[in-house]
This record gives sequence, structure tokens and C-alpha cells, in this order.
Amino acid sequence: MTQVAIDTTLLAILAPFLAAAIAPILTRYLKHNAAWLLALVPAWIFWHFTGFIAPVSEGQSFIAARSWAPIYRVDFSFYIDGLATVFALLISGIGTFIILYAGGYMKGHAQQGRFFSFLFLFMGAMLGLVLGNNLFTLFIFWELTSITSFLLIGFNHLKAKSRRAAIQALVVTGGGGLILLAGFVMIISVTGEVSMSELLKSPDVIRNSGYFVPIFFLILGGAFTKSAQFPFHFWLPNAMEAPTPVSAFLHSATMVKAGVYLLMRMHPMLGGTDLWMTVLPVFGGATLLVGTILAVRQTDLKLMLAYTTVASLGLLVMLIGTSYERALEGAVLYLIAHSLFKGALFMVAGTVDHEAGTRDVTKLGGLRGVMPLTFLFACLAALSMSGLPPFIGFIAKEVLYYGTSGAPSAAALLTVTAVVGNALMLVIAAAVALKPFLGPKVETPKAAHEGPAMLWAGPAFLSITGLVLAFTTHWTGAQLIGPMLSSLTGTPTEVELHLVPPYFIGNVALMLSIATVALGVVLFWQLDRLRALVAGILAGPLMNWGPDKGFDQVIAAIVSFAAVATRFLQNGKMQTYMALTFVVTAIAVLLPGYLSNGWPAMPKMPHYHFYEWGIFLIAIMGLGAVLIAKTRLTAIVSLGIQGFAVAIIFMLFGAPDLAFTQLMVETLSVVILALVMTRLKLTPRDHRSGGAALVTGVIAVAVGLGLALTIIAITQQPFDRTLSDFFTEYSRSIAHGRNIVNVILVDFRGIDTLGEIAVVTLAGLCVLALIRVRTPRPKDADPAPLKNEEAA
Amino acid sequence: MRTVIFRTVAPYLAALMVLFSIFVLLRGHNEPGGGFIGGLIAASALAIFGIACGVASVRRAIVFHPMSIAGFGLLLGAVSALPSLFKKQPFMTSQWLEFKFFDVDVALSTPLFFDIGVYLVVVGAISSIALALEERESD
Repeated sequence: MTQVAIDTTLLAILAPFLAAAIAPILTRYLKHNAAWLLALVPAWIFWHFTGFIAPVSEGQSFIAARSWAPIYRVDFSFYIDGLATVFALLISGIGTFIILYAGGYMKGHAQQGRFFSFLFLFMGAMLGLVLGNNLFTLFIFWELTSITSFLLIGFNHLKAKSRRAAIQALVVTGGGGLILLAGFVMIISVTGEVSMSELLKSPDVIRNSGYFVPIFFLILGGAFTKSAQFPFHFWLPNAMEAPTPVSAFLHSATMVKAGVYLLMRMHPMLGGTDLWMTVLPVFGGATLLVGTILAVRQTDLKLMLAYTTVASLGLLVMLIGTSYERALEGAVLYLIAHSLFKGALFMVAGTVDHEAGTRDVTKLGGLRGVMPLTFLFACLAALSMSGLPPFIGFIAKEVLYYGTSGAPSAAALLTVTAVVGNALMLVIAAAVALKPFLGPKVETPKAAHEGPAMLWAGPAFLSITGLVLAFTTHWTGAQLIGPMLSSLTGTPTEVELHLVPPYFIGNVALMLSIATVALGVVLFWQLDRLRALVAGILAGPLMNWGPDKGFDQVIAAIVSFAAVATRFLQNGKMQTYMALTFVVTAIAVLLPGYLSNGWPAMPKMPHYHFYEWGIFLIAIMGLGAVLIAKTRLTAIVSLGIQGFAVAIIFMLFGAPDLAFTQLMVETLSVVILALVMTRLKLTPRDHRSGGAALVTGVIAVAVGLGLALTIIAITQQPFDRTLSDFFTEYSRSIAHGRNIVNVILVDFRGIDTLGEIAVVTLAGLCVLALIRVRTPRPKDADPAPLKNEEAA
Repeated sequence: MRTVIFRTVAPYLAALMVLFSIFVLLRGHNEPGGGFIGGLIAASALAIFGIACGVASVRRAIVFHPMSIAGFGLLLGAVSALPSLFKKQPFMTSQWLEFKFFDVDVALSTPLFFDIGVYLVVVGAISSIALALEERESD
């Protein structure tokens, strides 16, 4: 790849973030029409990545990289192969129409600019995720998608339900991200490689290492939470609280596919093992059935679609879990087909909601006359979802039936699961596309009419693409599916697709398709009865607890544990805190000496001058005064005497800087302690009992003794002059200063000092806040008298 | 505490102490002193002024809220660490600018600005605590 192409690719990944920055400004001036301009950004990205289709289909792969923190082997490195190209095309292509759709859907919303911004942030994160080569880069983008998803789900942050859904999604997917990070760290330490491209070169290393099982489960933890696999599926339907453009983009077409993407990406390294081929089909199949059954119960268009999304993700995981080439091909095809039809159907549901004022399927009907275009595109998308010809969904379903029926193990079980799941999906597709539009006209909250171009452009493009890809089967197979499948299998794989089945007699897949359609039609005919049946079962005695409720219970348990722990650790008594701190200090300094029996010998008394003895005496007198002081104020001042004496000792033994500082610190601490005393309205005297004083005394003596012994032990070690010599030698020549202490503080160890002043500032802020908290606010006076004085 | 003598002397004493603190700050690189000590001296000057003449007059005298002074100091300290990056040297490498100004050698350096930052942080943080505590006493 040429330098220009590398730079352009990096720019393409950066572009959504730049768009996020300018979106609010553009929206301020152009209102919702800014979407037309903003949609050019993803359109350009899409166009850029179409350039990769041809070379990638010839078996090439590309790496675009910039070093970031090379010491830690963290790089902005992006890997473009068949899998990444298809995902990048889906994200940018669907993203283009989502931006347009958001322009129409959020028209007139006060925060439309912010909404565009969030969408672009997500788009950039998602692109970075699917292209990420360096595992750290990938992880960062992975978590960024969780965070942007949080922002988008909680966009209507005044609604409690939105906030709960947002937090739930963040906890589940963000927590999964942390599990994934642990998996990545393990992979790095097992293989010594940090990039996907290198890992893929020797795919057997992980499989053959002793850490395969933990790595497998950690990666799965990340993928299953992100892709809403049972039992982590509950966050996805709740995420429907987000505005519909978000549901269409994040929670059907792209973000929830991140887990599937990861499984596909890791398939050459983890796939084909017994563990993989057991765990994935079981959870995938369970998710498929749970998702479709729960979908049937819903009457809300978006929730119906959300549960079928869960189901589709389960189907994908199940197919990947077989590690059988034909099933993988089915997964790849179905992934593309699903993104197209589900994105379109979500937008349709949003349009209906936007124009008719409700998305409850029982309150809708007869809209075909007033919303003909929306109806048309809804039908096209629904036909693809139902797996009927001549749509890409049909081809996908044929191939995946070949895959399940030919799978090496449990083929019958997989096939039955797939047939039941697909039949129920057909039911939902028909319900979403037909119920609101056919039948007698039903009175809707708003007088429905066709949405503007911005609203139907997306469904139109996505549903027609589903048709076009099916008619250009040869191109689709060779240019999109084949390269993507090659990434999954790890070997170049040719794919030949057929829109018209190559033979009819004895064609298992076709038979299964017909069975699916027949079953689906029957179920749709009896939909109301089916819904009542499912609702009846779910209302049963054992069914009132689910993971969703479990999530609330876990969160509540964490909060109450935190409350108990806080009450225990932070009981609000200063005395307890101080006593604990000093007891721990005493143990820390005394225990090592006690265990190693290494009490230091008393040092030989050096010869002191009489004035030095005098200073010692003053220090001791200060301490004595503290002990016998009648009032607290006297005690504080006496402590100051001792401090000053120590400062003078520093001075006498040649540390003027230290002495100087000690002097000032002592002064200020006496002043501040005295002020605190008056502030807290303490009694002038200490009224504690003799016993309490004895305990405090023992702790004090223990700490003092321990520290003294430690210092004696330290000074008896031979003195290492390396640092002293270094600073003495270089402070003048490198740092241009004669005061070594100061040179160390502001130059040699400047970063330490920078950290310290940050701490001092924060500590100051905290103390200030604490003092304010204690201030009772008189009702008549201004709560902040400072402000008045500042103004004066 | 608020005797007439103290109240009369305190402003001058405080002014002298602040002046001295700046002297200590600036000479710090070669003689005992520096931003930390200077800051402590200035903070105690303000504390004395506050005890003698009331918190209101201190706040008037220093114009800015002490916490803003501390924040500015932190910013100055952080910014003074940046110039080296433009010369592709590691973060915080000291930069020196030496020139003659009216025949006097002047040495400006990033550690000097960093030290001024330290000074401002110490003055700001400590005096905001001291003033807030004194305030209660006065009302």
C-alpha cells in the first residue's frame, strides 16, 4: 500500500471524530439540513473502502499504522482484510443513511447537533474496532463503542427508563470489555504478539498452549456481552429507549455485531476445538430461540425487532460455533443480509412512530394509502428477513441450511433450531411490515402521512441493496463473501452463490426453506393466539424472574454492600481514623524488626557542643509541655516548640532548606490547628478518661519507638553515594543551579513535584469543600459571603 | 489578638513577608529557598494579615480567590513542562534563555516558571484553607 493510501485510510478512521467536532456548529446554522452535508463524511469513507474490495478479493491484506507508545508496543495499527472491509463498508454505508435519517427524525430537537456528534463518535469507534490490528487499539475502540452507546441510549436523559437502560448497557458491555482485556493480556503473554495480523500468521499457538481454556472463556465473555447472547441479552431490548436512528445503527446493524466480529476474527485461532464447537452452538441456539419467542410476545414494533436482533445474533454465534465451512459461509451472508434488512426495518418502525405517533402494532393499521413508499420498502426488507427469494436473505438462509444440515455434529438439532428460529422471524417480519399498513384504517395519535425523503432514503437504499446483492450473486460471492470467509477460515476460500437453486430434487436446503415458510405462515395466521400463549407461559410462576431483574438485584446488592462497607470503614469518628492509621503504622515499622530479630544496636553517642545539647533540651521540654498541658491550645503551641527545635537542629547540621521549610510548616500548622480548634468549638480541655489516654499513649510510644528504630537501622547501613554524587556533579552543569535541593525539586525530579502540587491543590479544594459543608447557612444571609466580599 | 499595635503593624509586616517570599522564591535555584518555602512564607503573611485585619481585607488585597491562584499555579507548572516537547526532547526537559538586559545577566528558564507555579499553588491552597477557617471566627 502506498504512503498516500495509508494516510488516507488513517484519515478515514479519524474522519468521523472530526465530523463529531464540527457537527454541533453546522447544526446550529443549518438546522436539520446539516445532515445532508454531514452524510458526505461516511459516504466518502464508504467510497474509500470500496477501493479495497478488488485487491482484498485477490487475497491481499493491508496494514496502516502509526506508532503511538512504541515502548509498550501500543500502536495505532489497522488491518484490512476481507472481514474488516465488509464491516467497514457496512458501518460507513449504513452510517451515511443513518445520519440522513437522524436529520429527519430528530428535526427540530434542541440537541440535534449533540446527537449527530455522538453518532459520529460511535461511527469512528466502530470503524476503529473492526479495523483494529493492535490488540490495545482494538480494546480502546471496543470500550469507546460501549461509552458512545451509553451516551446514545441515555440521550433522552430526563427519562428514568433511558438512564437505567444506558447504565445497564454500559455495565454489561463495559464489564465484558474488561473481561476481554484480560483475555487480550493473556494472549499477549502466551504468544508474545500484540497484533492480530501477527497472531493470524501462527494461529495454532493459542490452541496448543496450556492457557487455551481461560483465553477462550475470556474472549467469549467480551463477545457474548457485546452481542447480547443469552443470558446477557437483556440489555439490548432495554436499549430501545434510544432514539430510533440509534436502534437502527448501533443496536441492530453494527455495534451488537462487534462480538460476532470478534468471534469471526478469532475463529482461526480459537475455532475448530471441541470447546468452541460445544459452547458456541449451545449459547447461540439458546439465544436464537429465546429471542424469537420473546419477540412474538411484544406488540411494540421496536421491541419486536430488538428481540429478533437478539435471535439473529444467536443464529450467527451458533453458525460460527460449528466451525464448518458451509455454515461459516451462511453466517457471513446472513450477517450482511441482517444488517441491511434490520437497519431498514428499524428505520421503517421509526418512521411509522414519527408520523403516526405510536409504534404499538395493535394500534396501527391501514397506513398503506398514506405511507406508500415506507410500506414498499418495509415489504422489501421484510421479504429479505423472511428469507424469501429473490433477496439476499433467501441466499443466506439457503446456505445456512446447507451448513447446519451438513454440520459434523448435532446437525439435526442445529437444523431444527434454525428452522424454528427462522419461521418465528418470518412471523415477526410479516407482523412489522404488514400489520401497520394493511387492514382497515385505524385512528392514530397523529394524522399519518408519508415522511420526508430523509426518512425513507435509508430504508430505500438498504432494502434495494438487499435485492441488488442477490441479483449480482457472482460478484457478491467472489468479491464480498469469499474474502470475508477466507478471513474466518484462515485459508483462501472460493464462494459461488446461486439465486436460483442449482437443483431442485433432493435439495435439503430448499426443502427446509419451504418448511420454514409454511410453518411461518401458519404461525403468522395464528399470531394473536401465539402471542397470548407465550404471554401466558411467561406469566407463569417461575417466569417472573429474569436476568433483567437480576441485574437490578445485583446493582442493589453492590450499593448496599458499599453502604455497609462505608459505615464500617468511615464511621465518622476522627479518633477511630487516627488510631487505626497509627496502629497500622506502628505495626508496619515494628513487625519487620520483630520478625527478623534485627533490632539495631544503639549507635555510639557522637560528641555534641553545648548549644546542640541545649536545642535537644528545648525539644524535650516542648514534648513534656504537650503532655502536661492543661488546655488544648497550650498543647498545640508546645508541639510548635518541639517543631522549631527540630528545625534548628536541621540548620545546625547543614540542611538550611529543610530547616527553613520545617520552620514555616510548624508556624502554619500551629496557626491552622488553633483556627481549627476555635472552628470546631472544642472544649478547651481534654476530657477523656485515663484509660483512653493510656491507649493513645501506648500507640504514640509504639509509633515513635518504631520510627526511631527504623531510622537507626537505616543510618547504620553503608551509605550509597551514587545519587548524592550524581546530583552534586550535575546540578551546576546540567541544571544551572547551585542549590541541589531546589534543582532536584524543580528539574531532576520535576514530575514528582508536578504531581505533588496537583495533590496540594486538590487537598486544598477538598478541605475548602469540607469547611463549607460544615457551615450552617443562615436563611437571611447570602449562602456564600465570599462572593459579596470579592465584589466589594 | 486584635490589639491596636498588631493591627497597625500587620499590613506592613505582611507586605514585607510577601516581598521576602518572592526574594526567597527567586534566589531558590542557587541559595536556600525556592517555590515551596516562598509559598509557605507568603501564606503565613496572608494568615497574619487575616488574623489582624479580618478576612475581608485579605480577600480584597489579593483580588483573586486563593483557589484560583492555586489553580493558576498548577496550570503554570504544567505548561512550563511543555516547551521541551516542541524540541522533541522528553517532557519537562529544562529550557534556558540567557540574555543581557541593561548590562545585567538575565536567565529565564522553564524551571523558574515551574517554581513560580509551585509557589502559587502553595500560597493559594494554604491561604484558602486558613482564610476559610478564619472566616468563621469573624462572623
